[in-house]
Amino acid sequence: MRKRNTPKDRLITVALHVALAAGLFFAAFPIYWMLTSSFKSNTEIFALPPTILPKAFTLEAYAAILGDPVKLRFFFNSYFVAFAVTVLTVLIALLAAYGFSRFNFRGKGSLNTLIISTQTIPPITLLIPFFGLVVSYRIFDTYIALIVTYLVFTLPYAILLMTGYLNTLPRDLDEAVAVDGGTSWTALWRVIVPISLPGIVATSVYTFLLCWNEFLFALTLTKSTSMRTVPIGIQLLMGQHAFEWNQMMAMSVLGSLPLLLIYLLAQRFFLAGMTAGSVK
Amino acid sequence: MTRQKRSRSRLKRAVAPYLYLSPSLVIIGLLMLLPMVTVIGYSFQNSAVLRRDPSFAGLKHYQAIFADPVFWASLGHTLYFTCMSVVFHMTIGMIFALMLNSDRINPILRNILRVLYILPWLFTAVIIAVIWRLLLEPNGVVNSVLIQLGIIGSKIEWFSSPETALHAVTFANIWAGYPLFMVSLLAGLQGIPKDFYEAADIDGAKAYQKLIFITIPQLMPIIISISLLDFIWTMQVFPLIWITTGGGPIYSTEVLSTYTYKLAFSSYNLSQASASAVVILLISLGLTLFYIRYQKAR
Repeated sequence: MRKRNTPKDRLITVALHVALAAGLFFAAFPIYWMLTSSFKSNTEIFALPPTILPKAFTLEAYAAILGDPVKLRFFFNSYFVAFAVTVLTVLIALLAAYGFSRFNFRGKGSLNTLIISTQTIPPITLLIPFFGLVVSYRIFDTYIALIVTYLVFTLPYAILLMTGYLNTLPRDLDEAVAVDGGTSWTALWRVIVPISLPGIVATSVYTFLLCWNEFLFALTLTKSTSMRTVPIGIQLLMGQHAFEWNQMMAMSVLGSLPLLLIYLLAQRFFLAGMTAGSVK
Repeated sequence: MTRQKRSRSRLKRAVAPYLYLSPSLVIIGLLMLLPMVTVIGYSFQNSAVLRRDPSFAGLKHYQAIFADPVFWASLGHTLYFTCMSVVFHMTIGMIFALMLNSDRINPILRNILRVLYILPWLFTAVIIAVIWRLLLEPNGVVNSVLIQLGIIGSKIEWFSSPETALHAVTFANIWAGYPLFMVSLLAGLQGIPKDFYEAADIDGAKAYQKLIFITIPQLMPIIISISLLDFIWTMQVFPLIWITTGGGPIYSTEVLSTYTYKLAFSSYNLSQASASAVVILLISLGLTLFYIRYQKAR
């Protein structure tokens, strides 16, 4: 047993807290700086010496973003695409996960390996053929192009996540439906779906975040300003007003809100999704 | 139940899983496996995508890439960026996980710190890039603090001088990525049976001995699988580099993904870009095979 309250022991505890403070500074200072800069005027951001708290607190950067229909459109596009992909992904993944979790069939093992390995396919490799496809089907610069391509990347994760969740549910319940003469389809909708809500939420959260963060395909498969999503919007803002850092920070804060909210309100689901690819 | 009915329900049972899986398999087949074959095809064509009847090019585009010094520089930068990122993600993640797991801190403080330490993970790559551009601006806060402390003599252009740019983007990526390790290792630490440590205490083991002989071996499976995944994913990083440096100055931060992207969408040399994309695919697949074999052996 460790001896408590010896001078050496107290020294270790103090050292640990100093290290924790240093770690906190490393982790949080950049975010703190983004947040406070979004409330500063542009001249104050580069003031010497730097101001830790905004000296003249202002919402002008937020007003500039929220008052500009072009920028609001970026947000609408991001939300719209992310919601659409999330609904489609969860539905399709739920069916696949049900198949994986409740049935034994030939090729199950290799299909599972296939789905695990698709997680690591480099997006840049698929970008060129997707570009070719999108142009030849005349869906370049449309929502459809983004929704279809995002679906391919969200689906494998969603299937693994949902299968993992369904595997934790007891089989007695759906077997009871079978005894009563119900099909597996009725068992899925009457029994499985209602008790899988936590798994469905975790999958939705993760899918939504993947879409919200996507950059490469949004950059390449859309062109007009009215089709751009938030990440591209931030990049465009940087090109147009290279020196309006407060607006860029305000846009970044607004662009991070969905993630922050989901994380704070539903930490459990968030972490379940984020570590899904790796812990399995 | 009659025999006929039973055999019909058995047939249903046999077909059902394939029906449930079919939408997913159609999507993955058409939009993932088929494009992979397509891109390999493109890499052997002249003027792929751009012309309707491209001619066969043989290995020409691969030869062009392997003869391009920028390709080799990009490969080198990718390796540096990836190896440094994975090593520091692991080290920082491990240190933070051990600190947060210590029983010397108050549980409430521990929970608050856990939430705050995960923060970098919540931000998308574009936003991380913008934050670090602001911090590392020549007139920005990092330079002014370093000058005040006397660590550097004059303003450094972190992202726009060839000597520092690659280190700067790597640092930003290290900052952005350690929480995956931290969260996974924290979960792993909580799964190590307490008796192991009690037995070591009885034998009079020192703290570092417990770390080396109990904690690290117990966490090894997590460390290896997360390192492999992190390696594969970091190798593919695009937006962070695209927004901070765009691969410049003078190719000093060019990585395989930005190299390929520029070939395809700045030079419109889609055939050569496809060849480069196939090279990236092959590297990823090699690592993926390794990862899957490791997971199965576990």
